[in-house]
Amino acid sequence: MNDFLLSLAQAVAKGLLTGMVYGLMALGLSVIFGVMRVVNFAHGEMMVVGMYLAWLAFDQLQINPLFSLPLIAVVFFGLGYALQRGLISPFINRPEHQQFLLLLAVATLLVNGCLAIAGPDSRGVQLDSQFDSYEVGPLVLDAVRVHAAIAALVITALLWLFFTRTRIGKSIRAAADNHMGALVVGLDVRRLYAFTFGVGAACVGAAGALMITIVPVTPFLAAEYTLLAFVIVIVGGLGSMTGALLGGLLIGVSEAVAGLLLEPSLKSMFSFGLLIVVLLLRPQGLLGRRDSR
Amino acid sequence: MNRRAALSLAVLFAFLLAAPLLLGNYGLSVLILVLYFAFVGQAWNIMMGFAGQLSLGHALYAGLGGYVAAGVYFHYGLGPWAGVFLAIAAAVAAGAIVGYLGFRFSLAGVYFALLTIAFAEFTRIGFDNWPWAGGSGGLFLKVERGVTDIANLRGGATMFYYIILALAAGTLMLCRVLLESRLGRYWLAIREDAEAAQAAGVHVFRCKMIAVMISAALTAIAGVWSAFYYNNLFPETAFAIGRSIEMTLPPIIGGLGTLFGPFVGAVVLTGLGEIFTDVGDWLHVPGIKQIFYGLALLVIVMYRPAGIWPWLATRLGFVERSK
Amino acid sequence: MSGARLELAGISKQFRGLRAVHDVSFVVPAGAIHALIGPNGAGKTTIFNMIAGVYPPNSGTVTLDGRTLSGLRPDLVCDAGVGRTFQIVKPFKGLSVLENVTIGALHRRPKLKEARAHAEEILARLGLADRRHHLAQSLTLPDRKRLEVARALATQPKLLLLDEVMAGLRPTEVDVMVGFLRELNAKTGLTILLIEHVMRAVMALAAQVVVVSYGEKIAEGTPQEITQHQAVLDVYLGEAEVA
Repeated sequence: MNDFLLSLAQAVAKGLLTGMVYGLMALGLSVIFGVMRVVNFAHGEMMVVGMYLAWLAFDQLQINPLFSLPLIAVVFFGLGYALQRGLISPFINRPEHQQFLLLLAVATLLVNGCLAIAGPDSRGVQLDSQFDSYEVGPLVLDAVRVHAAIAALVITALLWLFFTRTRIGKSIRAAADNHMGALVVGLDVRRLYAFTFGVGAACVGAAGALMITIVPVTPFLAAEYTLLAFVIVIVGGLGSMTGALLGGLLIGVSEAVAGLLLEPSLKSMFSFGLLIVVLLLRPQGLLGRRDSR
Repeated sequence: MNRRAALSLAVLFAFLLAAPLLLGNYGLSVLILVLYFAFVGQAWNIMMGFAGQLSLGHALYAGLGGYVAAGVYFHYGLGPWAGVFLAIAAAVAAGAIVGYLGFRFSLAGVYFALLTIAFAEFTRIGFDNWPWAGGSGGLFLKVERGVTDIANLRGGATMFYYIILALAAGTLMLCRVLLESRLGRYWLAIREDAEAAQAAGVHVFRCKMIAVMISAALTAIAGVWSAFYYNNLFPETAFAIGRSIEMTLPPIIGGLGTLFGPFVGAVVLTGLGEIFTDVGDWLHVPGIKQIFYGLALLVIVMYRPAGIWPWLATRLGFVERSK
Repeated sequence: MSGARLELAGISKQFRGLRAVHDVSFVVPAGAIHALIGPNGAGKTTIFNMIAGVYPPNSGTVTLDGRTLSGLRPDLVCDAGVGRTFQIVKPFKGLSVLENVTIGALHRRPKLKEARAHAEEILARLGLADRRHHLAQSLTLPDRKRLEVARALATQPKLLLLDEVMAGLRPTEVDVMVGFLRELNAKTGLTILLIEHVMRAVMALAAQVVVVSYGEKIAEGTPQEITQHQAVLDVYLGEAEVA
C-alpha cells in the first residue's frame, strides 16, 4: 500500500511540474482567446515551433533552452504581433468558421514548415542535468522538470506584474473584460490586439523552450497540444489567468495519475471526459466568471 | 435555376455517368475521391451551412458508421446493405447525444465545436482499446480480386464509383428538397438569428436536433462506403481530428449553405491536392504538399471568404446578382 | 384574426439580486391598443420578454384569453397567438424580405407555397412588396422595422407586442406606421401592446397607458390622464425644486 501511495505521490509531483509548463502554454491561449475571442487553432503548432527553435539553438550553438528562452519569447512576440496585425485582424468579427479556416491554414504552414526543415524524426535535447534529481522527502524529482517548472513560475510572475502594473497590461485586461467599453474609453484596440497576440505568442514560445527539455519534439505533436491548450483553458476558465495555470496543473496531474492507474493510452481520454463535464456543468470553467463567455 | 445552369448540370451529370468509360484508373480514383468529399461535405453542410452549428468532430459519425458495418460483416457476415442501418442507428444515437448535450446546455460557437472534438477523441481512444473492433491494430476486410459482389460491396473501382455517385447525387437532391421545405427554411432562420426564429414560432431545439441526426446519418453512410472501399479501419485515422477537418473544407471552400458548394469545393481541393502531391514528389521535401495546401487555403479564405461557388456561379452566369 | 385579452397578474422578475420588475399587473382587453411607457431601464422590455416567454416570471402569471402563457417557450407563446418585435431589430439578414416573412407564415401554413403566398399578401399591406427579393441586410431602418412587424403578423397573432417600433423613425414615417397600426386594429381587432418613447405615437394610438418606473407600475390611465399624473411627471421631468 505504501508503495502505491508513493507511486501516486511521485505521479502527482511529476504532474504538477509538467503542469506548470502546460499552464504557461495555456496562459498564452487564454490571453488570445480571452481578449480577442479568436480561436487560435494554431496554438499547438506555435508551441512546436518554439520547441524546434530551442532545439536548434541547443543543437547548433549548445545553448541551454533556459537561456535561449528570452530570445525565443521576444522573437515570438514580434511574429505574433505581425501575424495579428497583418493577417488576423480583419477576421476578428468574421464568422467562426472563417477564423477557424484562417488559423488552420496558418497551423498547416507552421507545422509543415517544421517538417520540411527538420524532417519527421523526433528531436530531443540532452542537457547535462538530464539525469540529476532532487530529493524532497521520499519523492525523487527530475532536475530538468524542476528547472522548467521554476522557470515557468518566474515567467508567470513576470506576466502577472505586466498585467497588473503596466498600463498596457491593464488595458489588455480591460479590453478582455469589456470590449465595447474599451473602445468607448479610447483604447487603440487594434494596437492592443496585436500586442495581446504578441504576448500570447511569447508565452507559447517560452513554454515550448521549456517543454523541449522535458519531451522530444516531432511535428505530429502539434494537434495534441492545441487540444490540450483548449482543454486547459476551458477547464480553468476563460478570461482567468490563474484559471489557465490551475487548469494546467490539474491536467498535468490528471494525465500523470491516469497514466499510472489506467492504460497509458487512456490518459487523454480522461482529459476529454473532464472537458465534456466542464463544458456541460460549468462552461465558464473553474475560475471563470459567469458572463465571460 | 436558369437555363444555362440546368444545361450545364445535365452535361456534367452525363459526363459523370460515363466517366468509367472515359477515364483511366488514376482519373477514376481521383473522381471517386472528389465525389466522396462532395458527399461527406454535403452531409456536414446540412449541420453547419443550413443549421449553423459548427461541428469539428464529424469523424465520429463516419468512424462509428464504418466500424459498425465493417464489424458486423467481419464478425457475423452481415452484409453492408443491412449493416448500414445499424451504422446509421449508431451514428444517429451519437449525434443525438452530442446535440442534446450541446443544445440543452446552450453551447454555441467554439464551445460546441470543442464538445464535438472531445466526443470524437474520446471515441477514438475507446476504439483504440476495444478488441472487438480490432483495437489500435485495426480492422481488415478480406479483399477479393476479380469478384463483383454488390451485396457485400466487394468489387472494383467502377462499382464503388457508381455507388458514391448515387450517394452524392442523392444527397444533393435531398438537400434541395430539404431546403425547399419548412424544416429547411427554419434551419436558415436559426442560422441567421435563433432568437428571432423562436419568436416567429420555430422550435429551435427540435430543428437543430434533426439537422444533427440527418447529418450524422449521411456521414455514417459515407463511413460505411469508405470502410468497404479501403478495406481497413484504424481508430487513429477513422476518428482523427484530421478527418473531421477534412470534411469541413469542401463546404467551407466551396460555399457554406449552398447546394453545389460542397461539390465545387471537393473538386478544387482534390484537384489542388493531386497537383501539390505531384509537385511535392518532384521537390522531394517532406511536407511541401501541405505547405502549398495551406497557402491555397489562406488565399481562398482571404479573397473568397464566402466560398468559391457563389463567385463562380455569378461569373458563369448561372445566377443573377442578388440585390 | 381577432384579438385576445392579455392579463398580467403580479409578475416579478429578479436577476441575481437586481429587482427588474416588481408586482406588475394590468389588463389589455381584446381588440384594444395599449401602451407601456417609462424611463429607460424601467423594466418594459423585461415585461415583454416575460410575456413572450424569453424567461419566466419569478412570480405572478401571464394569461392570454385565460390561457396561461408564463413558463412557455417563446415558440409556444407564438403558437398561442403572440407576435413580437424586438427593440433592436433582428431581421434574418442573409435572407430576402420575402423569405423573412415566409418564416413567420410557415408557422400556420406548413406548406412552403402557401406560406409564401400569405407572406406576399402581408408584404403588400406593409408596402414592402416591391423589395421582396432584396436581402434584409440591405434595407433601411424604417423598412427593417416594417419587415419585423410583417414577420410577426405572418404568424397570425391575436396579440402583437411592439417594442419601440417607432424609434429612429422620422415624424412622417411615424405617422405612416401609426396609420397602418390603427387600420390593422380597426379591420382585424388585433390586440396591440406597444412599448414606446415616441409620445406622438402613444397619444395617437393608445386607449390606455401603463407607466412603469424602476420595475413598478406607477400609473395607469388614458393618455390625457397620464400626462397630468404627478408621479409620471416626477419620473420623467424630475421632482419640482423647492422654491
